[in-house]
Amino acid sequence: MLQVLAKPHTVNQPPGMGLAAGKFGVRGRVTASDDNNRHADLMLRVARDADELAFAALFGHFAPRIKAFLMKSGAPAAVAEDCAQDVMATLWRKAAMFDPARASVATWIFTIARNRRIDILRRDARAEPEDLPWGPEPEPDAVDALALQQDTDRLGAALATLPQAQRELIERAYFSDQSHGEIARMTGLPLGTIKSRIRLALEKLRQTLS
Amino acid sequence: MIRHHLSDDLLTGYSAGTLPEAFSLLVATHVSLCDDCRARLASLDALGGALLETTGVQALAETALSATLARIHGTRPAPRPRPQPRGLFPEPLRALVGGDIDSVRWRPVGGGVRQAILPTSRNASLRLLQIPGGVAVPDHGHRGTELTLVLQGAFRDATDRFGPGDVEIATSDLEHTPVAESGADCICLAATDAPLRFRGLIPRLLQPFLKI
Repeated sequence: MLQVLAKPHTVNQPPGMGLAAGKFGVRGRVTASDDNNRHADLMLRVARDADELAFAALFGHFAPRIKAFLMKSGAPAAVAEDCAQDVMATLWRKAAMFDPARASVATWIFTIARNRRIDILRRDARAEPEDLPWGPEPEPDAVDALALQQDTDRLGAALATLPQAQRELIERAYFSDQSHGEIARMTGLPLGTIKSRIRLALEKLRQTLS
Repeated sequence: MIRHHLSDDLLTGYSAGTLPEAFSLLVATHVSLCDDCRARLASLDALGGALLETTGVQALAETALSATLARIHGTRPAPRPRPQPRGLFPEPLRALVGGDIDSVRWRPVGGGVRQAILPTSRNASLRLLQIPGGVAVPDHGHRGTELTLVLQGAFRDATDRFGPGDVEIATSDLEHTPVAESGADCICLAATDAPLRFRGLIPRLLQPFLKI
């Protein structure tokens, strides 16, 4: 299934070309899905081959986003810079745990960056759930992976069309490291309203997904 | 079959990483047992991923990539860990307790009920409860939110029946008296973000020492 990985490749190919399109079968127009697939293939090359060029390509895309995420969460620029590097080093070390049928690369990196943010902002420890047992097959299921990447695209598209007020609420819940109580204080809205608006926003996202 | 699940609020807070430690641990334990909530959590993590992707970029120093490459150069990603055989406790709970049910240091709290306070940050508390079949948990109300996850056996209260894997989410307006079903001991994990209000003076005086 992954024979294509054995072919020679270059790191900085445009989205929609080469590995990604070959593996997950999305051809033609450049879409977010092409990006997702390309990133997933780069991750597999890191996991299987300890491929530093693939790592460098992922670094180029994600490290500046991780730094922005951490700064938006209140980390000073120098701390965010160091931690973005930490997160990318963790990506390398844990690459074998990435499963494209369960999460996009962006989602997986979000979880690593979130955990790093908890450390640097000295927030409460967050236990991880027990991992699902890995199946006997070492290769990810390409059909499941494609479906997951498409769902992720739809979620991204839904997020893009969300009214600004709702997007801001979601961003605060995820990026600003504030509890709902703190959100209520900041915006002057009663707690119940905030909670129902976040739920409404999530529900809307979920409907677009289903 | 699990019938009582985590709320969207709890899963969102867990995905964002903003819950008190005691609540995170209970959520992680439930998600370990519940494929539904694991899937919902994955969708919320995906939302976090979509936000990470679209929220903007901050340029790194020109040396950042070479510095990171220097850190990883010559190392290989770690292999996937082998799954551990599981006893009664899912991994996050086992890690906190330091073992399975036989490692718990129980303390009697009356009526045959035993509890063990688990070490977490102080803004919420976490404890294991062992309730003999047919016995009621001492009557209590809540000032905040109390989550109770059943690990073994079952209990009933005025709202419903809660079996293995079920989570009861009780808010401050619920005054309840959970009763363990007859049969095996009911083992629960309970997280509260405010001290329980036990009746009577002495329990209240002892609360700071018992950390409940």
